[in-house]
Amino acid sequence: MAISKLLIANRGEIAVRIIRAAQALGIRTVQAHSMADADSLAVQMADEAVNIGPPHAAKSYLKVDAVLEAAKSSGADAVHPGYGFLSENAAFAKAVEDAGLVFVGPKPETISRLGDKAAARAAAEAAGVPTVPGSEGLIESVDAARAAAERIGYPVMIKASAGGGGRGIKIAENADELAKLVSQARSEAQAAFGDGSLYMEKLVRNARHIEVQVLGDGTDAVHCFERECSMQRRRQKVWEEAPSAALDEAKRQAICTSAVDLARSVGYRGAGTLEYLFDDASGAFYFIEMNTRIQVEHPVTEMITGIDLVQEMIRIAGGEKLRLKQDDITLNGHAIECRINAEDPSNSFMPAPGTVERLVVPQADHVRFDTLLYEGYTIPPFYDSLLGKLIVHGPDRATAIDRMAAALDGLTIEGFKTTVPLHKALAQSADVRKNAIHTQYLEPWLEAHPIPS
Amino acid sequence: MAEQIVSPLPGTFYRKPSPDEPNFKNEGDTVAVGDVIGLVEVMKTFNEVKADKAGTIASFTVDNEEAVMAGQPLVELG
Repeated sequence: MAISKLLIANRGEIAVRIIRAAQALGIRTVQAHSMADADSLAVQMADEAVNIGPPHAAKSYLKVDAVLEAAKSSGADAVHPGYGFLSENAAFAKAVEDAGLVFVGPKPETISRLGDKAAARAAAEAAGVPTVPGSEGLIESVDAARAAAERIGYPVMIKASAGGGGRGIKIAENADELAKLVSQARSEAQAAFGDGSLYMEKLVRNARHIEVQVLGDGTDAVHCFERECSMQRRRQKVWEEAPSAALDEAKRQAICTSAVDLARSVGYRGAGTLEYLFDDASGAFYFIEMNTRIQVEHPVTEMITGIDLVQEMIRIAGGEKLRLKQDDITLNGHAIECRINAEDPSNSFMPAPGTVERLVVPQADHVRFDTLLYEGYTIPPFYDSLLGKLIVHGPDRATAIDRMAAALDGLTIEGFKTTVPLHKALAQSADVRKNAIHTQYLEPWLEAHPIPS
Repeated sequence: MAEQIVSPLPGTFYRKPSPDEPNFKNEGDTVAVGDVIGLVEVMKTFNEVKADKAGTIASFTVDNEEAVMAGQPLVELG
């Protein structure tokens, strides 16, 4: 069914992005918004707006009933969930479909399957996609741990099943350490989580984060090459590029083909991203997880392929088959995205919302700024600190970095602190130029190179 | 006029360190300069609100989990 009216169940820059894509397709838009977002750019741009509740996301953007009611009352025939909030909530996707509406994303059962770490890993293995070597299930004894570690190869991470977000992880370099740490990890996990179950994974030191963009129509799937997002602070991506300068052509083909294999094997529908760890030293790549939604950093892929990913996912949701064959998708040049946050990089990245007193955006064919900002807008304090994404394209990586440096100089946001000074410093960094970075790179670098206020 | 402790930031005010714990301070408690009277969550970051003056808490002018603006009074000191 072709979509005629789309409800945007999200906020901020991605809501603006989705509205633009819908408008380009001639689709009417309804912006669902909290009380705190009544004056947002997305509300101003959409054809209609529906208030779905109080500022706190738990009472508005995360409330399935309120979002569904907004879709019904406005006569929307489809819902775009954006990223975050309800975008990877299978129950929400199912409720949308049960209400007779189109969910712009994968089938609910695909979201559930890929959202479950063990099931996603099993799907990857079945599709022949390499996963991080680990213990097969839980480790029951020190001897079993030793045997598994011999097979995996040291160093290994001992992880608490009930942990998460980096908690409850220990690193063993050899068999002696392993014996000690397994007992210690077990009692700590028991004390912290009430569950002493442990498993093991290979530790990939200085790994890069590389991810592959895919599009699927439920039957066929294609990739739109990879992005590298190794520049992270507290597991949040800061600076993203496409393609990855760490991959040669053969490796690029291998990793991108593996992503398509997995997407096809699960009958993937919509836009999705497969995340991988890449080990520079060995050239090995390992699937970690699949994100079943559009991602913040999708514009760098759009810049190197010329594909409008948000339009494509809306078309697919409307029932169209993939319009692009793999051979139609070519990689052109290099793109970089900097996330501009309302945070003070000179003061531990303290959030710093305020009112936009002045906004000047650099204008050039190779520059794009996806943002929620306008002059006079007061940023609400209830949501994340992402204000926008500055994106540049160049014929090669060195030119793209130069263009990013120039674009950052041309971007003026007055009224509060932003992360622009951090990006200016990164654009001048020799390690960034050499792409000598990894996922643990940025935080020590910041310790050594404080950003002046 | 009664003295007040105001929120340094816009955000969401919390009277307890976590949902299962008791309030930092209650009506009738004395506060010293530097005592934590609550948290303000701004953009997913929690910031302690510390008393900048000493006294006895006459009342809280904002409920737990209520939205506050920068400079908005949180506490009246008696």
